[in-house]
Amino acid sequence: MTKLLSLLAALAFTVPALLAAPPAGAIEVQQVKSPGGITAWLVQDKLNPILSLRFAFRGGAALDPEGKEGLARMAAALLDEGAGDMDARAFRAALEDRSISLGFDSSFDEFGGSLQMLTEHRDTAAGLLALALTRPRFDADALARVRSQILARLRRDAESPDTVAQVRLFTEIFPGHAYGRRSRGTLESVPRIGPEDLRRFVGARFARDVLVVGVAGDITAAELGRLLDRAFGALPSSSAPAQIPEVAPKIDSRALVSRLKVPQSAIAFAAPGVKRDDPDYYAAYVLNYILGGGGFTSRLHEEVREKRGLAYSAGTSLHPLRRSALILGGAGTANARVKETIDVVRAEWRRMAEGGVSAEEIENAKTYLTGSFPLRFTTLGGIAGMLLGMQIENLGPDYIDRYNGLINAVSAESVARVARRLLDPARLLVVVAGEPEGLAPTE
Amino acid sequence: MSFVPRAAIAAALLAALGLGAEPRPAAAKVFGAESFTLANGLTVVVVPNPRAPVVKHMVWYRVGGADEGEGESGIAHFLEHLMFKGTDKRPAGEFSRLVAKNGGRENAFTSYDYTGYHQTIAKDRLEMVMALEAERMTGLAITPEEVDRERLVVLEERRTRTDNHPASRLREQMAAVQFYNYPYRRPVIGWEHEIRALDRARILAFYRRWYAPNNAVLVVAGDITVAELRPLAEKYYGAIPAAARVSRVRPDEPPQTAAREVVLRDPRVPQPTWSRSWLAPSHLWGAKEHAYALEVLAEILGGGASARLYRALVLEAAIADNAGAFYDSATRGPSRFGFYASPRREVAPERVEQAIEAEIARVLADGVETGEVERAKTRMKAAAVLARDSLETGAQALGSALAVGLGVEDVESWPERIGAVTLEQINAAARYVLSGTGHVTGRLLPAAKD
Repeated sequence: MTKLLSLLAALAFTVPALLAAPPAGAIEVQQVKSPGGITAWLVQDKLNPILSLRFAFRGGAALDPEGKEGLARMAAALLDEGAGDMDARAFRAALEDRSISLGFDSSFDEFGGSLQMLTEHRDTAAGLLALALTRPRFDADALARVRSQILARLRRDAESPDTVAQVRLFTEIFPGHAYGRRSRGTLESVPRIGPEDLRRFVGARFARDVLVVGVAGDITAAELGRLLDRAFGALPSSSAPAQIPEVAPKIDSRALVSRLKVPQSAIAFAAPGVKRDDPDYYAAYVLNYILGGGGFTSRLHEEVREKRGLAYSAGTSLHPLRRSALILGGAGTANARVKETIDVVRAEWRRMAEGGVSAEEIENAKTYLTGSFPLRFTTLGGIAGMLLGMQIENLGPDYIDRYNGLINAVSAESVARVARRLLDPARLLVVVAGEPEGLAPTE
Repeated sequence: MSFVPRAAIAAALLAALGLGAEPRPAAAKVFGAESFTLANGLTVVVVPNPRAPVVKHMVWYRVGGADEGEGESGIAHFLEHLMFKGTDKRPAGEFSRLVAKNGGRENAFTSYDYTGYHQTIAKDRLEMVMALEAERMTGLAITPEEVDRERLVVLEERRTRTDNHPASRLREQMAAVQFYNYPYRRPVIGWEHEIRALDRARILAFYRRWYAPNNAVLVVAGDITVAELRPLAEKYYGAIPAAARVSRVRPDEPPQTAAREVVLRDPRVPQPTWSRSWLAPSHLWGAKEHAYALEVLAEILGGGASARLYRALVLEAAIADNAGAFYDSATRGPSRFGFYASPRREVAPERVEQAIEAEIARVLADGVETGEVERAKTRMKAAAVLARDSLETGAQALGSALAVGLGVEDVESWPERIGAVTLEQINAAARYVLSGTGHVTGRLLPAAKD
């Protein structure tokens, strides 16, 4: 029963949009190269006999073939369902008997995985990962099982207001582009995906030229080198060429309604954003914190929840993609008050576009964003994930030390300029899933 | 992962009696936690984790949804929301603004047995959040208008969590049927009509009755020692006078012998799901001697893809998309031991029900096997090592244990106690719970769209 802002979590496996910095000098990032030539970034941490490894292959669900939407994520669900000489039962038992956590998922832009285990099982864990990546079986029974699970999930999603709103938002914004398709697939596309598609996917996408690895925990650089070769050494050297075209989000000022018989409507909205390498990224990051990113203190939280009691949570987040960028937001409101909530959101868009932010807001945002940065270093998984994200976004191994400077360099003027650039009320698309009063359905 | 250690009344009593005693270092076990008690009765626990210069500061009150009076369901949770308003010294919202400004993250939660408030923040700001949290322990100031506005938020939260989701509505109604008399029958968030009727006077009376140092547990996890924390705890919390002691007496549950069924049909349910649960002992309620064995039993039957249910229904018979078991040993009152499954779309739900009944019958007739017992215990002990990785897990495990009435030792010795569970104890525990007739079956079923 928390007061937690849990919006947008549905977007699954996104690389952390902002990779914050720990206390200068406290975290040493080592760049490791294995005897076989595989590179990884490492933070050695001997506090507990645990090792955490995060990795990704550049290129994700956006590369799913037309009509085979859901391929990358189905592959992700099947990699631990049997590999090498082990069927699903044997493979899962090999993991679980040693308490090894192995998981995969795919965003639009990356196919990612995570592996965590007690130090004593690290060689076994790396061996199982290698099998999953290079010799997955895709047995008929495993495929049928996972397909059935995904289809059940898709049918439930079709009745979930949050998901319905989110999916429609992306469909409207990216018509004809891969980002407008569902990474989880559809009821039509998922049954079409067969073992040959999955094998082709693995052969084309899992390769050393697109591999990125972040590691944290109880291991030396030399030991990690051997482990990397064991886990990834058998991968082919290069992936199939792949390209996703740039796309400008198609956003106007409409409020669209997807009718769903629920007492509370889900409201999702989107505006143009900034890509991760945009010079305005940090100004936009500060802007988002003030507008709707800052937990219990943002403008949207204040206006929607505190002043009017319109929703349990209301907020925004930056959503940079490789080939496009958005600001996403959401709220859940009783059907009778949806229109009022949307009006408040639009008014806040206008207020910040026209009036910028105050010196105090900027100052508070900076002290939060820099002060909360060590909080990201409290788990091995968090550290490994940060090392992964830093490489994916080409931020450099010194990013952790540079982070505070990047935030502190943002001025009120630059935030006001970015607000004018991004927060145009004419470019704020809203989707409502529910039975909102006073809004006509627009299927 | 559900890492919820528990038990041993003796240790809990020791902790409760240890007023002003020296810290008792629990031999470096799961978390290496240490505890002491202030003169005003506040229990303090330190969970060392020096990875980053960060601390997690939590105050747990020994009060939750199950301590509410008749007609006031949801009051503990409503109060939790209002705790983010002002105090005698501070305007509404300033608490959150100060925490955020200082780089902290905060939140709160309400459960049946406890209510908790927490901040994660750089170690050098710990003193600030202690001062703020101590201030709102007894200094809450709220207006009727704030109560009315927050009521709207709580109602939206109820819609978000429960009303919008058929599966959540079924869970809520199954609990109401599972417990004849124990207050776990009421939802923590409250029934809507009772949330609407709560007023400021009642909420403040509840606050004054339960929020006091002698009814609270302070947990600080992170880069901190007892020597560093003790003077701060004395300074900020030690000054608050103890309140009249409140005893947590709750109506108890009578024996259950009738099987019950709760069926919810909804056009928004695309595929059926099935569950069945029995009333079960916990480390604090009923036949407590079975609690550790039930934890191992739940792991054997439902703890992952190699557990019996998933293997039989999902991997082998291929009749379900998912299947598992659940059990929480750390409840102050009666717990539940249960099973759930989602039949595949083309499979009749009855087949899944029969398959689970067959698995239960097999356990009752043949018992569990030595190999699976050892594998389950190995996994559970490994989970206790992996739990040390995060600040959250230790703080959560210690705070919840002490808030329900267990001791530090119960958490720290959990792996040994799990390790000591025998096959015979597991079989006895299975028979004790699962041969009972008073279970509740829940069916979530599709209905025609109108």
